Amino acid sequence: MLETNLSTSTNSDSAVTAGREVVASLDAIRKTYFMGALAVEVLHGISLDFYQGDYISIMGPSGCGKSTLMNILGCLDQPTEGNYFLGDEDTSKMEDDELSTIRGARLGFIFQSYNLIQQLNVLENIEMPLFYQGYSEADSHEIAMGLAARVGLQDRVDHKPFELSGGQQQRVAIARALAVDPLIILADEPTGNLDSKSGAEILNLFDELHDQGKTLIMVTHSDELAERSQRWVRLRDGLVESDDRHNP
Amino acid sequence: MTDITLNPPGSESHAGKRPVLNSGFNFLRFRKITEVGIKSIHSHGLRSLLTVLGIVIGVAAVIAMLAVSEGASFEAQQQFRDLGASNILLKSVKPAEVEESSRSGFGPPQAIVYGLTVADITAIRNSIPGISNVISSRIVKKNVWNGGLNMNTDVVGTSVYYPVSRNYNLRAGRFFSESEMRDHANVVVLSDEVAQGLFPIDNPLGKSIRIDSDYYNVIGIMESEGFSNLGQNQAGSSNSAPSRIFIPFTSSKSRFGETTTRQTAGGVESETVELHEAIIQIENQDGVIEVGEIIDSILERRHKDIDYAIEVPLALLRQAEESALRDQIVAGAIAGISLLVGGIGIMNIMLASVTERTREIGIRRALGAKRRDIIMQFLIEAVILSGVGGLIGVVLGIAIPFIISAFWGMTTIVTPLAPILAFSISALIGVIFGIYPSIRAADMDPVEALRHE
Repeated sequence: MLETNLSTSTNSDSAVTAGREVVASLDAIRKTYFMGALAVEVLHGISLDFYQGDYISIMGPSGCGKSTLMNILGCLDQPTEGNYFLGDEDTSKMEDDELSTIRGARLGFIFQSYNLIQQLNVLENIEMPLFYQGYSEADSHEIAMGLAARVGLQDRVDHKPFELSGGQQQRVAIARALAVDPLIILADEPTGNLDSKSGAEILNLFDELHDQGKTLIMVTHSDELAERSQRWVRLRDGLVESDDRHNP
Repeated sequence: MTDITLNPPGSESHAGKRPVLNSGFNFLRFRKITEVGIKSIHSHGLRSLLTVLGIVIGVAAVIAMLAVSEGASFEAQQQFRDLGASNILLKSVKPAEVEESSRSGFGPPQAIVYGLTVADITAIRNSIPGISNVISSRIVKKNVWNGGLNMNTDVVGTSVYYPVSRNYNLRAGRFFSESEMRDHANVVVLSDEVAQGLFPIDNPLGKSIRIDSDYYNVIGIMESEGFSNLGQNQAGSSNSAPSRIFIPFTSSKSRFGETTTRQTAGGVESETVELHEAIIQIENQDGVIEVGEIIDSILERRHKDIDYAIEVPLALLRQAEESALRDQIVAGAIAGISLLVGGIGIMNIMLASVTERTREIGIRRALGAKRRDIIMQFLIEAVILSGVGGLIGVVLGIAIPFIISAFWGMTTIVTPLAPILAFSISALIGVIFGIYPSIRAADMDPVEALRHE
């Protein structure tokens, strides 16, 4: 059904995407903020399809609407107009509870400032999305231990976030984002707070996730970061300026 | 570590690990949220402690105050019950103006005549039906001797029914009989205190004591309990009641007469009192308060001065019950206020906590927490706070009455209801004052919350 929307999407290389499932689809998304009497439209109609296994960078200057688009992709905010399909569900008319559920079940978040909960240790932080999805304690523990090992922190599961370096904290955040096996992983400037070495480690992890077929959407200023991805979406003034594929 | 490598895929497999449908009450969820709440409270130890202080004080105060007032009312009721619920007590009281002039020490030697008379009692008996018995007593202060030992005590000349009328029991021996009354016999019943004072080692029964120049045979010893503190200012008695001895009314009248003289600063003063005390027993307890009022009006007519006092134990009992109720209402109000203050304290700290943890709320919302999950989290935290406060308060509230009893000898009674009630109220306070901050937390916009520094 969603394949018919392809015409509305931009100049993606249909040869590359052929046969791949659309995991998320933005259809003429508009977003208007109301500040008192003043209405400011930030997104002026954005249509994009994201395919299974895509590794996408969303770029653009400050104020271009990157963050707003990211919030909508993350179901943290609702578009004023247009539809956002995640999997086969239209999220644009969902109630708050449904949005919470879909965030927890279908999306993984990686933030610039890690956003770990300081009172909880590494394992508990990784388990948190599982807890809200109602996984059993034993399953949560097993999944979280596996993921801690996957990001190389199996020896640090008892540590609190403040006992870890920035790079280690971001790896915890990645493990947390993977916990529910989400449809899409959303990363907002994931290396913004890291030195270049830690940043490189995180990007290597992203490459591996991409190789394993995960769908990654990353917001970044940095062309260097974007180099690692295979699809660049540039925004300008609330519109898609360009949408290019390349295979690094 | 130079390079992080992901372990081979497959460990990511979620096969077989399905989320439990999270509808309805989920114990695991509840426990986890509780754990988080405890962690958060623990991480702000001092602040949390200060926060719950209001609840602690409120709960401790309500339990302690209820225990004290319960104890006091129990004591008072016990006392009035001992006086006899179907009794009316009459006492002779020195009129106020006479007291005044004799104190000043001026003027000629005085001869004061006051108090209840046998004629009063006869008048009362004749005008009111339903009086089963009247026990009249004379009370004279005397030095009582056993060889070289002596005690200054009230010598009560009374009737054979005195112990029965006051629910006052003998420890040993017997009270005097009708025939001894008729014979003006020199027999005496000692109170426990006097018996111990005069006969520290040997058994007083069968021994003699001396009052003035007469010897009296000790025939019985009363229990030490059962006296009232009421009417301590009665004529001839300045000491507290238990230090008393009892002789037949007739003996008292013939040995000591009705007039006592004493040396005052201004000269010699004499007092004439026919009866010091009368216990009027009513057949039907229900009428005792009305009969008391009638007796009061009869005496009012017969006496120029107010030289008597009337006490109706049942009326006093009712008063004591009323004042106990009043105490409990006051205690309840004070407790209510401090619990309210405690609740506001909790609300205040929860609001601060919500603001402080805005970021955490945003993270949790992004990771799938529903509004009600956030509400639950903060509500449970508020209830833990107030519950812990309540628990400390209960412990203190039970300990304080013990301390009061130990140091001041007051009777205190902690009824099981008080701690349960106080604790439940404190938990309820947590819910009530936790609701608003929790809703505020849950209503935060996730995007705004995540942006919060």
